[in-house]
Amino acid sequence: MSAEAIPNRDAMVAARSRGDGPIDMIGLVLTVITILVALGSFFPIYWAVITSIKPDGEVISGSNSLIPNRVVFDSYIHIWNNTNIGIWYINSMVTSLIITALVIVSSAGCAYALSQLDFPGRRVIYVLILACFMVPMQALIVNHFVLMAQFKLLNTWAGIILPQLIVPVVIIVYKQFFDSVPKEFREAAQMDSAGHLKILFRIYLPMNWGVTASLAIITFIGAWNSFLWPFLAATGEATMTVPVGITQVKDAYGIVYGKLMASAVVAGLPVAVVYLIFQRRVTQAIMLSAGVKG
Amino acid sequence: MLRDKRQEYLVALMLVGPFVLIYGALFVWPTIQMAMLSFTKAPLIGTGDWVGWDNYVKILSHKLFHQAFWNTAYFVLLTVIPNTLISLVIALAVNRLKGPVQGFVLACFFLPYILPVSVVFLTWNWIIDVQYGLVQGFVALFNGGKPISLTRTIPLFMPTVAFVTIWWTMGFNILLFIAGLRNISPEIYEAASLDSAGRWRQFQRITWPLIWPVTALVLTIQLIAQLKIFDQVYLFSIGGRQDATITLVQYVYKLAFQQNKGGEAATAAMLLFGMIIILSVLQYQLLRARGEK
Repeated sequence: MSAEAIPNRDAMVAARSRGDGPIDMIGLVLTVITILVALGSFFPIYWAVITSIKPDGEVISGSNSLIPNRVVFDSYIHIWNNTNIGIWYINSMVTSLIITALVIVSSAGCAYALSQLDFPGRRVIYVLILACFMVPMQALIVNHFVLMAQFKLLNTWAGIILPQLIVPVVIIVYKQFFDSVPKEFREAAQMDSAGHLKILFRIYLPMNWGVTASLAIITFIGAWNSFLWPFLAATGEATMTVPVGITQVKDAYGIVYGKLMASAVVAGLPVAVVYLIFQRRVTQAIMLSAGVKG
Repeated sequence: MLRDKRQEYLVALMLVGPFVLIYGALFVWPTIQMAMLSFTKAPLIGTGDWVGWDNYVKILSHKLFHQAFWNTAYFVLLTVIPNTLISLVIALAVNRLKGPVQGFVLACFFLPYILPVSVVFLTWNWIIDVQYGLVQGFVALFNGGKPISLTRTIPLFMPTVAFVTIWWTMGFNILLFIAGLRNISPEIYEAASLDSAGRWRQFQRITWPLIWPVTALVLTIQLIAQLKIFDQVYLFSIGGRQDATITLVQYVYKLAFQQNKGGEAATAAMLLFGMIIILSVLQYQLLRARGEK
């Protein structure tokens, strides 16, 4: 807004209601405070990264400099050479990607059936999904462990993956979106004697790519981050996931701080990158799964 | 056009099959097994004698169970309402901003939420470290110039972990609040500003009542999530006096995986299960009431 322009009444009203009038000192102060608090909220992450690239001597010198005097990657080299972090990375990547793929495919199919088909047993499935929302997975750890032990799946990828396939919210979100696809699309396709599978994969899923992307991203982040179940299912160092491994292994670290921060940075990097690239999708998925229209 | 009903059933069966298989084997079956196990005196792996309600009587009078219950309740108290209020205030502040500044500020608040719990734990454990931690200079001001371990000093443990948890999870609540704030029509505020209502009155009369449904949603989501607390509390308590800071899920974990008491662990899990189901039903009613409006 230029200073010369004579603001008309409407513009003034609009400016006031937005709280950013030309002499709105309170507004300016609020903005500055908000930005400072935001930087404060980001600071712990910054501090972890900075610590991981400082030389050990500087970390424990007590100088607490906000910018490292010398940038070194010794901590990263050390954890690469002295822990199984490479294997943990493969375990995390493989299990998270398989969980994401299986959850998306099985949920999309189930949601399509619930939304578009008439079949006996629909009610049972609804009750099952609803029950799932209410039962805490944390309460099932004992029997998941027993079950996986019976099938000798502890310390395997399958053992880590299976109990994490229960993500009922993905079905609910898919169903809502499939419900809102106009019926004409399906009827026209059926006129051309297309089967339901073709309709699902050629019409319903492509029409909802955005939702699929959002749900896949949030499922991946959730799987990568999950702690309690992988912590129980993987007891050997060779089968741990990254978030479990980095809290279990501290041997041979010497001065630990820089190395622990390096392992934290490495563990958080994939999800941080996914978030920064797909910010809008992550936001949308969170709104959808909380039942709030974004 | 006559549709072949049988073919439709078949397709439905195929599409629903994987879901039924997964949820049957990994949700329904373990839940039934848990209920059965809770009435036996079984170790973690293996079978045991049927003991009826003995485990329930035993757990409900177990001192450590009470400790776990009250610790969890204390943690809920320290996190749920403060987290909701802080998130609302931040959402109001962020919602005023525009364009790239808003995007940047929102990302700063949200980034912690997408990090794994172990990263949050390692980062904060370093910040509060007794020897070299960044906050110890500040802590010393209140402790006669001496550093103090925030996680080994029992009265400080829960408040510290609650603080870290709020930092970690508020991004989620902030997002929900911002979505709610954006749904409030700007015309209402314009009308209010013509009546020259001040900021506080606008908040009192317009924002608070209109944002209340979101507030209720955030409160119940938090409440249920924090009842299931395990990860952070467990990680921060490694090497400390874990029994003093034990929570309900941690109690189940201890019985099952440290003491090899499968039956009693299942009983404790059933009790937790009951508490959460009651709260979830309340939450569901609340959501449905919202949806019908």
